[in-house]
Amino acid sequence: MKRDLRIKAAAVALAVAGTFGVALEALAQSNEIFVPVLVYRTGPYAPNGVPWADGFVDYLKLVNARDGGVNGVKIAYEECETGYATDRGVECYERLKSKHPVAFSPLSTGITYALTDKVYGDHIVLITAGYGRADSVDGAVFKWNFPMLGTYWDGADILVQHVKKKGSLKGKKIALVYHDSPYGKEPIPVLEELAKKEGFELVKLPVTAPGVEQKATWLQIRQQRPDYVFVWGWGVMNSTALKEAIAVSYPRGQIYGVWWSAAEPDVVPAEMAAKGYNGLALGHSAEKTNPIHKDMVKYLYDKGQGTAKSKDEIGSVLYNRGMLSAILTVESIRSAQKKYGNRVVTGDEVQWGAEHLTIDATRIKALGVDGMMQPVKTSCADHGGVHMARIHTWDGGEWSYTSDWYKSESNVLNPMIKASAEKYAAEKKITPADCGKAS
Amino acid sequence: MIYRETGQFKTTYASDQQLFPILQDRVFVIGLLAFAFVAVPFLATDYLFRAILTPFLILSLAALGLNILVGYCGQVSLGTGGFMAVGAYAAYNFAVRVPQLDLLVVFILAGLCAALVGVVFGVPSLRIKGFYLAVATLAAQFFIDWAFARIAWFTNDTPSGSVSAPPLEFFGYLVHGPQEKYLLVLAIVSVAALVARNLTRGAIGRSWMATRDMDVAAEVIGIRPLTAKLTAFAVSSFFVGMAGALWAFVYLGSWEPLAFDVNRSFQLLFMVIIGGLGSILGSFLGAAFIVILPLVLNQLPTALGIPLSTAMISHIEFMVFGALIVFFLIVEPRGLARLWAIGKEKLRLWPFPH
Repeated sequence: MKRDLRIKAAAVALAVAGTFGVALEALAQSNEIFVPVLVYRTGPYAPNGVPWADGFVDYLKLVNARDGGVNGVKIAYEECETGYATDRGVECYERLKSKHPVAFSPLSTGITYALTDKVYGDHIVLITAGYGRADSVDGAVFKWNFPMLGTYWDGADILVQHVKKKGSLKGKKIALVYHDSPYGKEPIPVLEELAKKEGFELVKLPVTAPGVEQKATWLQIRQQRPDYVFVWGWGVMNSTALKEAIAVSYPRGQIYGVWWSAAEPDVVPAEMAAKGYNGLALGHSAEKTNPIHKDMVKYLYDKGQGTAKSKDEIGSVLYNRGMLSAILTVESIRSAQKKYGNRVVTGDEVQWGAEHLTIDATRIKALGVDGMMQPVKTSCADHGGVHMARIHTWDGGEWSYTSDWYKSESNVLNPMIKASAEKYAAEKKITPADCGKAS
Repeated sequence: MIYRETGQFKTTYASDQQLFPILQDRVFVIGLLAFAFVAVPFLATDYLFRAILTPFLILSLAALGLNILVGYCGQVSLGTGGFMAVGAYAAYNFAVRVPQLDLLVVFILAGLCAALVGVVFGVPSLRIKGFYLAVATLAAQFFIDWAFARIAWFTNDTPSGSVSAPPLEFFGYLVHGPQEKYLLVLAIVSVAALVARNLTRGAIGRSWMATRDMDVAAEVIGIRPLTAKLTAFAVSSFFVGMAGALWAFVYLGSWEPLAFDVNRSFQLLFMVIIGGLGSILGSFLGAAFIVILPLVLNQLPTALGIPLSTAMISHIEFMVFGALIVFFLIVEPRGLARLWAIGKEKLRLWPFPH
């Protein structure tokens, strides 16, 4: 008994020493590629954070279980809880950095902003699929950021394109209900620019995080009667927005959410009343029957290895998005291996891989995600790789696509991206790389 | 036995009034500083510097500032996060708009801006007291949050409202490694602690404490509440503003108003209460408790090899952390600094307790 206690005490001391990082350096394993997973499974954003994290981790597990790793190199991973707080995210990044990670996916625009400054020195890739800084599409300045699949500026532009199809926007009024954080503010410059161009009025309605109190916001909407409402929310803010919309009986068909505001946790609390609510689909919706989902069941859930509580969660919108983020990470590693050999690759090599990533239609099919993403082709000048999205609508029971693909207007966005990236480079004293002569 | 003052005679006023009158204290503090400045940079890892020591030191500085106001002058404030934000954004604006200024000057100017704002929001303290003042300072917190989130000028018209600090350059020397950043913060915090310690021992500190203990009596013996309270607000906000600038520039690098929201104010107030009101040491102990303990708790299960889900680990972290706060407040309501003082008293008698 006494010795037990002593062992425990020793273990505690070891843990404290571990926290202080005295002896950890030597433990890093060199025959596995380390992929850190920043997640939030607690707090007001957990309903949305959990399925994303499950999808991300499940894909890494699947690659190990089904393919024996990436070209024979196993993937190691570790979760770290950020709670969507920037300072905790920075702490997680520092904690996991010692294990030589190749790419981070922080799943928070605020954390992405904070890490963007750090990755220049640490040579670690940031893959921000569907979030992050919109201007980081410019790879000449943002060498380490890869906002793949689509940025918020793409999203804002595509939403305006969609509502414009229903009739000219001249003299119309669009309200933006946004999460008062870098994430929510990200689309504002594009919407303001488009408001000038298309002649609509933009009403900006910020919602203080976490967004459970929106009575005043929706009363304003009731007064002003905008023609469309764009929701840029996350976590509990989304379902609250829908409930308040119902309370002031604003027509759900005129509400459009960004892709982070259009998943099951957002509409399920409102149930049937959310019927008709539209959202951007970031290439994918709630596909459940693709080959990859069958593989998930076969290789993980049937063996009790799944991350999610039950296999019913497989294929929910955010699960799919987490899975796609992991796919992009793994494909970037694969692309790096093509050049540098099938071994444990470094951050620098994965940067090259992500910058020269090509996922064409055949590859998408081979990955088993047919119909869930558009072909991606990145380059130094375009770290995004693809700028397309479509709309899906909630019919009270499930999401279904209700529009064709849209592509964002590069002639509107590119000058803005360039201006913003140049401003960042000037502030940070970064010399932009010359994309013309990059290898 | 080791900790005894026997034989230490004070023959001059100067030696009686010095910072640490007991030899052992002096040796301990000098040793600690020497260890922190000389040994730690060689011993610690990157993670320790960046994720633990730097934030701990910066928040200690903020707690120190708040302790002057709450602990020494008795003015409860819930606007600390806001004053930190003033420091951070003032530093950002000076650095971006007047790039000729050296960063050290920028940090001091940022502290002065925060002091000014602190004085303005401290004016109501002349008429309202206690909980009512706490509510008034809460208004400062929300107003400042609002101002930095809404007024685009403060963020240099950044579209997302998130701003990012320029490189840390002091007199032409670029501070970038984690060790250098740590040493920078440590130097600033040490100077601040020295200043705070001396201020609180001097006339001005005594006027604060008199105001805290009974403001009417203080007024009767000739202390002007206006000067006492407003200087406390100014000095406190200066430190807090410096801490805000350091938090933004050195720790986060890029930030949004959310980094200084009301939760930050509460966090700092808890540090001061748990660490010990009216104690310089308490500010550091409180900061250590609030900053470091959750991180240790979070990593304990993994280090022990207990397989737990990430969610479970963070739930346990919250529960244990909460329970420990309650435990310490029950065992010693006057804070960790008081526990330290009791320990010292015991040591003086050891090994012959009466």
